[in-house]
Amino acid sequence: MKIHEYQAKELFRQAGIPVPDGQVCYDREKIPSLIANLNMPVAIKAQVLAGGRGKGGGVILAHTTKEAQAAAEKILGMQLVTLQTGEEGTAVKTILFEQGIQLKKELYLSMLIDREQADIVIIASRDGGMDIETVASKTPERIITVHVNPLLGLQSYQLRKLIFGLELDPAVTKSFATLVKKLFTLFLNSDCSLVEINPLAITVEDTVMALDAKMEIDSNSLFRHPDITAMHDSSEDDALEAAAAAHGLNYIRLGGTIGSMVNGAGLAMATMDLIKQAGVEPANFLDVGGGASAEMVENGFRIILSDPNVRGIFINIFGGILRCDILAQGVVTAARKVGLSLPVVVRMEGTNMEEGREILAQSGLDLTNATDLNHAASLLTEMVQ
Amino acid sequence: MAIFIDKETRVLVQGITGKEGQFHTRQCQDYGTRIVAGVTPGKGGQKMDGIPVFNSVEEACAKTGANATMIFVPPPFAAEAILEAVDADMELAVCITEGIPVLDMLRVKSAMAGKRTRLIGPNCPGIITPGACKIGIMPGSIHLAGGPVGVVSRSGTLTYEVVHQLTSQGLGQTTCLGIGGDPINGTSFIDCLLAFQDDPETQGVVMVGEIGGSAEEEAAAWIAAHMNKPVVGFIAGLTAPPGKRMGHAGAIVSGGRGTAAAKLAAMRENDIHVCENLGNLGSLCKDVFSAVLS
Repeated sequence: MKIHEYQAKELFRQAGIPVPDGQVCYDREKIPSLIANLNMPVAIKAQVLAGGRGKGGGVILAHTTKEAQAAAEKILGMQLVTLQTGEEGTAVKTILFEQGIQLKKELYLSMLIDREQADIVIIASRDGGMDIETVASKTPERIITVHVNPLLGLQSYQLRKLIFGLELDPAVTKSFATLVKKLFTLFLNSDCSLVEINPLAITVEDTVMALDAKMEIDSNSLFRHPDITAMHDSSEDDALEAAAAAHGLNYIRLGGTIGSMVNGAGLAMATMDLIKQAGVEPANFLDVGGGASAEMVENGFRIILSDPNVRGIFINIFGGILRCDILAQGVVTAARKVGLSLPVVVRMEGTNMEEGREILAQSGLDLTNATDLNHAASLLTEMVQ
Repeated sequence: MAIFIDKETRVLVQGITGKEGQFHTRQCQDYGTRIVAGVTPGKGGQKMDGIPVFNSVEEACAKTGANATMIFVPPPFAAEAILEAVDADMELAVCITEGIPVLDMLRVKSAMAGKRTRLIGPNCPGIITPGACKIGIMPGSIHLAGGPVGVVSRSGTLTYEVVHQLTSQGLGQTTCLGIGGDPINGTSFIDCLLAFQDDPETQGVVMVGEIGGSAEEEAAAWIAAHMNKPVVGFIAGLTAPPGKRMGHAGAIVSGGRGTAAAKLAAMRENDIHVCENLGNLGSLCKDVFSAVLS
């Protein structure tokens, strides 16, 4: 789960990590009174979950109150388009005013889970404020990497590797080391999958300060973080994906015309690929879970049918333990209940398969049985012709 | 022969009294698995279908000689359940639980270094040696005993699909296992490939991967260097959009890494027989494996 910059900075503040003074604003009418209390210059930053805000015009540095007023009015409420938002962009509902900082240098610092080495990796660079992927590909020698064992924690020699590697001025090494230690503790305590500070400023007073803050929390850990769970901004969720999640379904919209409903994530992905190979575009990823109850199927239909692009549906359920007659009855009942009018190809495997096929055939609905995946693929190709 | 489990494996179930635990314990028992004990703290002394329930793994092992455990403990407590099994020196721990926090698994993985317990999963369907022992939630009936094919996969139902196609082609299986859909897991592709390479009964392997991470690329390189049995490979998620987690916690393309295309390319470079279309997997396996069998 991603959280906003201002929320991450609040967690930074609580953890003792220096961040600029800031004010959050949701309401255009409050802009003048907020600005009146700020010293110039001030940064006005759109609070959206997508990255690339600066390039998209979502971050403006204002040197006068007049500029600040204009910038705030421009950003709050705008439809911000960045590389990560897609063409339609994201509505900016919150802005952050932040005190301008006099800085000497900008660094890059991040921490994330390294799945291959099964540890936590700290990445730092003296090229702060730049896209780290670009730095890594063009000047890999300017990237410093430290792998931290999750049980042993951060060691002093690892901090020294960062400090010497960044060629830090001796005047800032202590405050830098303190910040890294606090950030690492925050990473562990908040179950982060990613924390990124870009840029991390070295100020003219030789202190360190997080000018930006990106935090992603491991969704599996939210049961033990009610405070962070409450930070979730559902306004940026895809409406259908959120509705599916509320029913315990895993749905991702893809934009094609053939919807699919599958039990299990791996098979659901493979089914999307199969639809594409049949010459049609998959409309979605939908995993109804290993079991696939009648209720799940009904909710799955509703979610798929909410996507106006869908012209046909492919149900691919590998039951095994699940009985096909029960599944088929569930599909028929759900199809009647939601008033299904689109053609459906059903491929199911499991106990009592023959009985299941009979139920589908007798239903009077536009449900076609596929005997195997290749048969299903050819039925899908026919469906859109 | 088979890998990791056989007829002699003595299984205990952690979380045996929960709904899932009960259901799948019965399914495994019906398949012929020797379920010798259950563990649910606080319910020691009770019985589930005649299976004795203990308060701790250590006690259950001491009294029943269990050497493998099947874990159905809910996510907040699952990491600790694995550690308890490791502490009791179990040979094998199969963790079915989905949704364990990643940091918990990082700590478990570190704590397991140097211990003899093999962890399969978490977030996996388990492991089955057809006709001998099933530790997991997979449907037993789709399998065909006696080999010659080993199956290793990151997925659940997709593995069943693969096994079903093998069985339909008359290709039996030695052992089939799912290593789990989480970013941090116990047994890796390479661990399984090594075991299949050393298993005389296994003549060929089907490896089923998906987007996210680089385990498939590493396995492909290992196969080229160390394996002389044919491997058929399949990768799910060619059409998955970047930055989206596709159901499994570990199934995500991020920063251009972990794509299905890159994994398929690595497989091709390393002489793995790549299956392009899931519908044809069974027939491809028939072609590839008949060559070694005849």
